[in-house]
Amino acid sequence: MKPYLRNKIPSSPEEIPENTAYEAGYLVTKNAGWRNVKPVISIGKCVGCLNCYLYCPDGVIYQDNGKAAIDYDFCKGCGICRKICKTGAIEMEAEK
Amino acid sequence: MAINAKTLDKTEYFYGHKACAGCGGSLAVRIALKVLGERSIAVLPAGCMSAVGFNFPQLCFGNNAIISTFAGTASMLTGVEAGLRAQGIKDFHAVGFAGDGGTADIGIQALSGAIDRNDNIIYICYDNEAYMNTGIQKSSLTPFGAKTTTTPAGKNIRGNLRPKKNMFEIVAAHGIPYAATASIGYINDFMRKVQKASEIEGTKFIHVLAPCPTGWGVPTDATVDIAKEVVDCGLWYLAEYEDGEFKLNHRPSVFTDAGEYLRKQSRFRHLKDEDIETIINARDKKWDFINKNFK
Amino acid sequence: MAKKFLSGNEAFAYGVSLARPQVISAYPITPQTIVVEKLSEFVEDGSLKAEFIHVESEHSALSCAMGASSVGARAFTATSSQGLLYMAECLTYAAGGRFPIVMMNANRSTALPWNIYGDQRDSLSQLDSGWIQAYAENAQEALDLALMSFYIAEHKRVSTPFMANLDGFVLTHTYEVVDIPTQDKADEFLPGYETENKLDLENPRNLAFSAGPEHNTVFKYKEHLGLLNSKKAIEEAEAKFSKIFGRQYSGLVEKYKTDDAEYILITVGSISGLVKEVVDGLRASGRKVGLLRLRYLRPLPNEEIADALKGAKAAAVLEKDISFGNEGTVYTNVNSALHKAKINIPNSNYIGGLGGKNISAEEIKSIFDDMEKGKSAVKFLGIGGAFDGN
Repeated sequence: MKPYLRNKIPSSPEEIPENTAYEAGYLVTKNAGWRNVKPVISIGKCVGCLNCYLYCPDGVIYQDNGKAAIDYDFCKGCGICRKICKTGAIEMEAEK
Repeated sequence: MAINAKTLDKTEYFYGHKACAGCGGSLAVRIALKVLGERSIAVLPAGCMSAVGFNFPQLCFGNNAIISTFAGTASMLTGVEAGLRAQGIKDFHAVGFAGDGGTADIGIQALSGAIDRNDNIIYICYDNEAYMNTGIQKSSLTPFGAKTTTTPAGKNIRGNLRPKKNMFEIVAAHGIPYAATASIGYINDFMRKVQKASEIEGTKFIHVLAPCPTGWGVPTDATVDIAKEVVDCGLWYLAEYEDGEFKLNHRPSVFTDAGEYLRKQSRFRHLKDEDIETIINARDKKWDFINKNFK
Repeated sequence: MAKKFLSGNEAFAYGVSLARPQVISAYPITPQTIVVEKLSEFVEDGSLKAEFIHVESEHSALSCAMGASSVGARAFTATSSQGLLYMAECLTYAAGGRFPIVMMNANRSTALPWNIYGDQRDSLSQLDSGWIQAYAENAQEALDLALMSFYIAEHKRVSTPFMANLDGFVLTHTYEVVDIPTQDKADEFLPGYETENKLDLENPRNLAFSAGPEHNTVFKYKEHLGLLNSKKAIEEAEAKFSKIFGRQYSGLVEKYKTDDAEYILITVGSISGLVKEVVDGLRASGRKVGLLRLRYLRPLPNEEIADALKGAKAAAVLEKDISFGNEGTVYTNVNSALHKAKINIPNSNYIGGLGGKNISAEEIKSIFDDMEKGKSAVKFLGIGGAFDGN
């Protein structure tokens, strides 16, 4: 199962578990705010080789219609995908 | 079936974690879990990957995962494996992810014990060459010359004075069924080794070099390149130990410039030419050994 | 039931075997070793189906037991002294993770100086680690405690690890005739371990995580409640035990002739046998004396201590422990119980039996004599040196 964002943030004593055990993959915060720059994919140049997907430390790149796509909620903007891309399909743009 | 980007499990099991941007360790954990799949039980000691992935209520493993004590990765893996086996459950992978300090320093006793018992576990050491989680202190896998916050580079001492501990051969000396070295710069090789480990009965050990841009002093987008370069310049190697024999998986036809590899990292920037010569001499000696003893 | 001539260690091993642990992590240390040796024999002869793991240290013994418990397996280990201290990190870890592991500790002195004989400084130094702590008096109680410990630790409202303490050599190596329950009856007493506090392949979980300042207190509060809930679980276990096996136990404390006693000696563990003999002798000469044996130190029997001492003129605590720079730890705990109940009687502390030194009937009698003088002090048996706490 892929961890995903939940609506409920357990906070009251009743919501805190009895022991240090909880549902796997329970996300309550995003990582988007970490970025200064963000990778942008030129779909036309992307050949769907999936190298960027393979080397992304955060696993935020996925395949969409044979091309790479990015989950910006969790991308930290490290830039590894841009360097790994053989066709130059990824550029880093400043976050506004 | 050969494992590659196309055949790899699409599910992300390690997601939303708070590792530094460009973290090599998190890439190693992510990829290994994708190879091993949803029936993996991950044991991670106190360290970078547990610190960034397990802060209640932000829990970043989609598979079963547990933090062990710092010294207890292997012993907890043993208990997990035995506990499930005792209940008649067999189709799972008990996999540990410990850093260099957690493996080669504080965890080496428990690791040695598990290998000695030949427990059916996979132990992956993601080596970023220092105690990064506590702020870049020297471990026994920190290479010669590296500046850390406990091996400062000054007038009298230029960084770490000791060479990197040879974990791969220490582990192999136990007669382990399978051991391998890898680098996240050669991710297909790493994936193949994780998959191979998952198919072998008994204890498996993979030592994967996983650069830390924060601790090594390289840009966040350089992690993969530097992990490739360290292999290309001969300061790390890709090998396997199986059936009592060492096998080299990748032989660079000519080494790329080791000095260049070192100088682009701020942890080595203080090194003098003579230090780099020492490192290159040690490398050549190591390769003499590899050429003599590895198939 | 079968009767056998067994040492405390062997009796405990029989009790563990009847509880059908699924994983046993074993590491030798005197005077505990016989427990894991015996269990390895049970595994070898097929009478016990368990994964027997030869770990390479006590730290790994408990770490391995936690791994097993984390996947819902019943886990047992045993240790003593230096070994207990070596695994100290895992003690708080197991308690915080609410892993209901059972561990036998053979009470032994701690270095330096090196000494393999019995005192209780090892386990008493770990009172705050979050484990239930029980102390057996004899081999029969050791066996029964082994079986009950799993019931109590694994109780849904408890889910807390259990340390069963046996005095090194004096109890672990002393032979007595012991009743061994049948496996059928043991199974009737102890159901299989069921929990939701586990990694689950069908329903993945993340365990043993971090909790920052905003949540940490809640986890610790719940850990505290779990340990307090063991009081009810102990009652429940002993009632069920008595119904099935016919042997009765008295909960957190054992009161021996305390009901009308004016002078009460408080002890822990196997020395209580001798104290009972002394009490009987003094009673025969008309002195109103009694013994309060603390069977559990965590949870601390606050009410039971106060109830036993409320009519006494004076009390004394005899213990095999010293918290350097203060006094005996049991004494501190007893005084806390008395203070909360507003019982203000002279209460003295006798430190004895350190490093296995024999405590004689004469010495115990002299403690009762001292009590009648009505003064509080901390004394080392056989040395004297009364400290008034300042």
